[in-house]
Amino acid sequence: MLITEEHTLIYDATFDGFLTCIFHIYELRLQSVSFQKSDNVQESLFGSSTEIVTDLQKADRVWKGLKQKSTAIGSLRLYYAFLSEQVHVESLLLVYIQQALRSKVSIESDFSNAIVLKISQIAKSVGREKHRMEAFVRFKLTKDHVYFANIEPDFDVLPLISNHFEKRYADQKWIIYDLKRHYGLFYDLNKVDIIYLTLPENFDATKTSIDYFAVEELEFQTLWQDYFESTNIPSRKNIKLHVQHVPKRYWKYLSEKLR
Amino acid sequence: MSFERTQEKLKILADAAKYDVSCSSSGSNRNNTNKGLGDATGMGICHSYTEDGRCVSLLKILLTNHCIFDCAYCVTRKSNDIKRAAFQVQEVVDLTINFYRRNYIEGLFLSSGIFKSADYTMERLVAVAKKLRLEENFNGYIHLKSIPGASDELMKEAGLYADRLSVNIEIPTKEGLKLLAPEKNREDFLKPMLKVKNEIIQYKSEKHIIKSTPKYAPAGQSTQMIIGASGETDQQIMWTSNYFYEKFNLKRVYYSGYIPISYDSRLPQIGTDVPMLRENRLYQTDWLMRFYGFKVHEIVNNEHQNLDLDVDPKLGWALRNMEHFPVDVNKADQLMLARIPGLGMKSVGKIIQARKFRKLNWEHLKRMGVALNRAKYFLVCDSRDFERRDLTGPQLKSIILQNSTSKYQKILSPQLNLFE
Repeated sequence: MLITEEHTLIYDATFDGFLTCIFHIYELRLQSVSFQKSDNVQESLFGSSTEIVTDLQKADRVWKGLKQKSTAIGSLRLYYAFLSEQVHVESLLLVYIQQALRSKVSIESDFSNAIVLKISQIAKSVGREKHRMEAFVRFKLTKDHVYFANIEPDFDVLPLISNHFEKRYADQKWIIYDLKRHYGLFYDLNKVDIIYLTLPENFDATKTSIDYFAVEELEFQTLWQDYFESTNIPSRKNIKLHVQHVPKRYWKYLSEKLR
Repeated sequence: MSFERTQEKLKILADAAKYDVSCSSSGSNRNNTNKGLGDATGMGICHSYTEDGRCVSLLKILLTNHCIFDCAYCVTRKSNDIKRAAFQVQEVVDLTINFYRRNYIEGLFLSSGIFKSADYTMERLVAVAKKLRLEENFNGYIHLKSIPGASDELMKEAGLYADRLSVNIEIPTKEGLKLLAPEKNREDFLKPMLKVKNEIIQYKSEKHIIKSTPKYAPAGQSTQMIIGASGETDQQIMWTSNYFYEKFNLKRVYYSGYIPISYDSRLPQIGTDVPMLRENRLYQTDWLMRFYGFKVHEIVNNEHQNLDLDVDPKLGWALRNMEHFPVDVNKADQLMLARIPGLGMKSVGKIIQARKFRKLNWEHLKRMGVALNRAKYFLVCDSRDFERRDLTGPQLKSIILQNSTSKYQKILSPQLNLFE
């Protein structure tokens, strides 16, 4: 009996790291593979594990190969799905990539293929979260004249929303900080950088303390809350629909829902 | 700006503006230029939703709720005893900019009661938009109301700064308008609409030759009709709507179920329910016309003047036209697929893509998200299993209704519930 040994690839949780893994898999013709992120390694009793060092050139070669087999939307879908951080999403992506590279025609529009449908559904939910964050970010003006927002998205969408905010708020400094993943984006009027903040211990992300925020900030929040109330039509009340559009888990950072 | 004063005005003038249902912030192509503020390209964004489930995407306010007209259906009518207020131009500019910077909104939707005259009012609306664009370098979305009777010159200027212009015809029939707003006539609504339509056409043709032609209302025009205030039929509403789509190239027609705000005997009394289900059916019909290739007379006509409330208009049409079914999803063209009840345009697109790879069966369709509980009676696919009974429309309707629950159940079966 032939025993196929399971290979565990440990990578740095980045997309380039993942693509480097793919390169590695093809180079060594690995058959049975599982993935682990280096910040969360679990010892396995069986098989071997290899630490994969992210190599941008290798990652790029894989990415280019994939792009030849799909449209821009199709390859972007893989990146979106990756950012879902779902357990075992790497293995799903691997199956997709193997099928895509094997096929003579692009498989991305084959919605009767279970893996294509699955990846497109995951990508869609990430896209929805991206769009939600473009909507639900609430900037608060700090004393240092920086517009600051904190978010806790379901998926790692900061890389996806950066461009949107850079184009839109080109004339103000802003920070969008992901409290769940402990990193953020900072736009300094020239470019967007990734930042890691140490927030003060007494910092309450749901409140607007005048220790940190401009005095006028509270006034504009009040005006916004007033507006939100006035524009509602009570005789058309439809809470079910309301919650469907603005799920409760997002409420804590939406100033209009805090009154 | 004085906070308390602005706060009070905002409450009054947002409250008065909320009956305008348009919330669209999409369809423009205004880029951020010179590192200014804002960007109105791409799809619209709903930044929040009110408790009535409507989207909040624009700061929707009136410049003033003083009005010289006395239209019965309008909360701002002259004879109504309410608090009145008026914003200064700068106040609106400041609110818009500060809301926008905090990512509360996509832009401004500015309407107004008519004070002094149409032109005097329109001039002030234009002044706000102009200031936002030229002084604040604001590239967010601006929707301005075209004031009925405003001059061509002002409408021309308005389109240079606004992304969208709209004038609400409010009452779907001429007779209704005469009854409820005797001081207004339809021509006053149509005049600015026609001017804007022609300017857009001219802009598009000049743009071909001179790239730098300044934008003119890139997100087009829209209008709104009040539903259920003047006893009109669905046929009258949708044919009027169709007329405006065809004659004025409108981007959208909005349907606003009348919310009783007056004891005027010409109108539904206060306490009457808002016709939300009917409104929903009208929007579905509107979608069928714009995206599904239906002609308006296929859905509402002299034989069927009103839409069914218990089934959606596409299912209603299918039940009346059973001879077109079943449709073979592996062969039919896009237009015919779009007519299958339970299939949206997204599913139609997926089917057309996927069937190039293999013949589709029930399992494929289900996984793609087709609403099979309705669709299964109207299609055949790669399966021996399909509806073989020769059902008539009414028979099928009762089967479908028995096997589904509508979110409007309460409205649909107004039977007495003794134990509630």
